[in-house]
Amino acid sequence: MQRADAVRRVELLLSRLLRAGVVVSLLTVVTGLVMSFARHPDYSRSVEALERLTHPDTAMARSLGDVWRGIAEGRGQAVTALGLLLLIATPVVRVAASVVAYLVERDWTYAIITGIVLALLVVSFVIGKVE
Amino acid sequence: MTPLEFVAGVFGISLVAGVLGSMLGLGGGIVVVPALTLLFKLDIRYAVGASIVSVIATSSGAAASYVRQHLSNLRVAMLLEVSTATGAISGAFLAGILAGKWLYVIFASVMALTGLAMWRDLHHGDEPAAPVKPDRLADRLRLHSSYYDPALGRTVEYRVRRTWLGLIVSYIAGIVSGLLGVGGGVLKVPAMTLGMGMPIKTATATSNFMIGVTAAASAGVYFMRGEIDPIVAGPTAAGVLIGATAGAKLLPKLHSKVVRVLLVVVLLWTAYEMMRKGVGNG
Repeated sequence: MQRADAVRRVELLLSRLLRAGVVVSLLTVVTGLVMSFARHPDYSRSVEALERLTHPDTAMARSLGDVWRGIAEGRGQAVTALGLLLLIATPVVRVAASVVAYLVERDWTYAIITGIVLALLVVSFVIGKVE
Repeated sequence: MTPLEFVAGVFGISLVAGVLGSMLGLGGGIVVVPALTLLFKLDIRYAVGASIVSVIATSSGAAASYVRQHLSNLRVAMLLEVSTATGAISGAFLAGILAGKWLYVIFASVMALTGLAMWRDLHHGDEPAAPVKPDRLADRLRLHSSYYDPALGRTVEYRVRRTWLGLIVSYIAGIVSGLLGVGGGVLKVPAMTLGMGMPIKTATATSNFMIGVTAAASAGVYFMRGEIDPIVAGPTAAGVLIGATAGAKLLPKLHSKVVRVLLVVVLLWTAYEMMRKGVGNG
């Protein structure tokens, strides 16, 4: 029973961690969008602006470096991109935190299973990058 | 259309995608991709980039509620995630060898059959039809669990069976998403209900947790390829996150049968869409 309580505590802790990550990324995404519209008044009038923003040849931020530079220039789109990166990171952080939690609980079976999941995540990320 | 109208429209559709996706344990892609390409005439690459973000948003938006309500079975999720992730990696390798339209036809048939199997199972509900055969692997891995169902007004205890079948189907689901980029999530829920004997709500909530983990690696790759456009993915993420949070509050109150019917409809629809691509009109 004690063990079940401990596991439940860990689950609730992880759930709060995830919620915090989600709220922060949502706020960042929305702040970025508001900044974009505040900076470009034509976004609420011009039809061409949308074509420019969603054109296949438009350069997007592709790295953390791009995002930081964009934020330094006060670009709303870079702030939104940062929020999206935070969102993408939440499940990964979640799995990594589970590995630690199971280790602390001395639940070796699940420490190994979650460890494998984390390793497979890294592998598929690397394979995707190479392609 | 101005950027403001576009952002508002995408946000609205994403709200709906988030509610539906979080309740059924699927990414919002099934709603988001056709909406963005057909309704908003968006380039397919940005639509797919936004869709992968929506999968994570669906998962993360609902996960906190599902874990608190004890609907997600985290042990089952992590165990099946091992075989799904392995399947996705195999799928990426197989893509070069097996590429062909007949793949769509095969997987469309698998999904249609799964949909029909779930349809036939509608009358059984969550209670197993026959006495549950003990599963030593499930005992060993402590997969059995329980959750409180407000729609029934009582706590439902369930025992997981045929763990090996769940692992095999999850592996196939991984291959499908690695190979075709879509549709993997739809197979995981029947794997858990029909295969492992889990109640439908715990199956969708567990699948909901898994899809976010699977999508995270691909999303990182899409970002580095420059296929995630903030003006598209931003409102998608915001809408889906809010929709998924609402969907996660709604799911426990729904009757299991409603969830099952919705899932059958989505399965058959996905099968139809894949078949159309395979036959070549898509």
